[in-house]
Amino acid sequence: MRLTKEDVEHIALLARLHLSEEEKERFGEQLSNILEHVGKLQELDTKDVPAMASIVVERSRLRPDEPAAAMPRADLLANAPDASDEQFKVPPVLDGGP
Amino acid sequence: MSSKYQPVIGLEVHAVLETRSKMFCACPVVDSTVGEPNIAVCPVCAGMPGMLPVINQAAVEYALRVALALNCTINLTSIFARKSYFYPDLPKGFQISQYEQPLAQNGWLMIDTAEGEQRVAIRRVHIEEDTGKLTHVEREGQRFSLVDLNRSGVPLLEIVTEPELHSVEAVRNCAYALRSILRYVGVNSGNLEKGLMRIEPNISIRPIGSTEFGTRAEIKNLNSFRSLERATTYELARQEQLVEAGGQVVQQTLGWDDGRGTTQAQRSKEVAEDYRYFPEPDLPPLVLEKAWVDKIRKGLPELPQARRERFIKKYGLKAYDANVIVAEREVADLYEATVAAAKTADAKLIANWLTGPLFGLMNEAGVEIAGLRFGAKQLAALCDQVAAGKVNAAGGREVLGVLFVEGGSPTSIIKARGLQQISDSGQLAAWVSEVIVSNPKQAVDYLAGNAPLLNFLFGQVMQKAGGKANPAAVREELQAQLSKLGK
Repeated sequence: MRLTKEDVEHIALLARLHLSEEEKERFGEQLSNILEHVGKLQELDTKDVPAMASIVVERSRLRPDEPAAAMPRADLLANAPDASDEQFKVPPVLDGGP
Repeated sequence: MSSKYQPVIGLEVHAVLETRSKMFCACPVVDSTVGEPNIAVCPVCAGMPGMLPVINQAAVEYALRVALALNCTINLTSIFARKSYFYPDLPKGFQISQYEQPLAQNGWLMIDTAEGEQRVAIRRVHIEEDTGKLTHVEREGQRFSLVDLNRSGVPLLEIVTEPELHSVEAVRNCAYALRSILRYVGVNSGNLEKGLMRIEPNISIRPIGSTEFGTRAEIKNLNSFRSLERATTYELARQEQLVEAGGQVVQQTLGWDDGRGTTQAQRSKEVAEDYRYFPEPDLPPLVLEKAWVDKIRKGLPELPQARRERFIKKYGLKAYDANVIVAEREVADLYEATVAAAKTADAKLIANWLTGPLFGLMNEAGVEIAGLRFGAKQLAALCDQVAAGKVNAAGGREVLGVLFVEGGSPTSIIKARGLQQISDSGQLAAWVSEVIVSNPKQAVDYLAGNAPLLNFLFGQVMQKAGGKANPAAVREELQAQLSKLGK
């Protein structure tokens, strides 16, 4: 499957990436190659295999509702690109979230 | 809304499952509207690479309680899914939610409408995690946003109704009914102001008689039941005006501005929903033992709807009073305990004192049942005194006022304040006679047909009695003496 330029632009928008025209071309090519490679799986006959959400046979384990200590705030914010007022500082967000 | 269009409204409700720890990690759940930011965060809820989520059992149990109370079919195997989108309040870049196979579906609840009772279908109930909190700042000419992750990963329940509500009143009653159930089963306090319960109506209109669905708009940012009603009313009017003017409703998410009383488009078209849901690879399916689900079902308390029916039947309450009393579990519990403790007072008298004078005091002071300084025993004693004629209504209110502020025993308060009702017929007759003698003109006018003057004369007698006379006995004596005078 080959991705169109519009596909690449849509994916870039969803990932909040700004791509140059040259990058759209290059990444489009690379993404298409990856999809084609994985696309080999489509050739497999899965007619008798039921749809599954997980290949792990195990079921989820549940944990008791017991709070444990959180991590020190300084450690949490240590790797943040920017911080202020003991919070992560990010570029201004205008509209509401999803 | 004019009679040309029918509102078609569904509700999407998010309720925080008030557990002690978060949904997928052991971080404590703290009140994210107050206090220090980022003090209840760990690598899991901060979205650090390589971290694995582990499901909180209590959150699943709480979700099941609600789903069962809403008469849902429980999926013994449900699947968690990744809902992907980029927003700074979502550190992982995706929210763990449920999509194709939710925890529960196909339920219903009963609500009241102007046309009578309505059964509202519940489409689905699923578990997900909350996001962090953003604060928008403008400081020294610089604009930026701050991210607090205390709320990130707090367990959330999403409840989706079918679009079967057809009036603002139905929307309000459905929201109240859901809140009441959440509180009854003990998973959520129903606090909209703190965002512990968030109600998002999706609203469309269609010509009366049509069975097609119109294009819907979804409203967010409603922090109170009043906002819910105002925003719904506003949006219905906006859509009607738009359609009447030949325009078309566009599908969008609107944010309610409570100050201005208007809605504003929240999300631009270019980032329209494209969440790329897929099964969460870090969480195997959630498989529930049927025995556990049955145990939770058996452990559910009597729910508001059933309790209301029982109150009407057993205590002879009017539907309205029964509704008011059962809306909050604590109120209904206090009521039943008071009825059980009372010796003379009947169930109706107790209902009147509870929903009348006591609710009045509570609303005025902003106090809830848990904050009362007295219990069922004292309320029953007070109602007994009233029912036995030991204290009149005015005196009873005074006693209640004292109980409300200081607590104590009603009988001692009546004694200490000299509020015992005077029913002694000799004493009452003397007062009535004195009042007639000193107000001859009013008495004559009353006999000539000016009926309202009876209330004036009654007031004069009550004044003489310091408000403590038995009102019914005073009226009787007054009428008896006046009619004798007329002959």
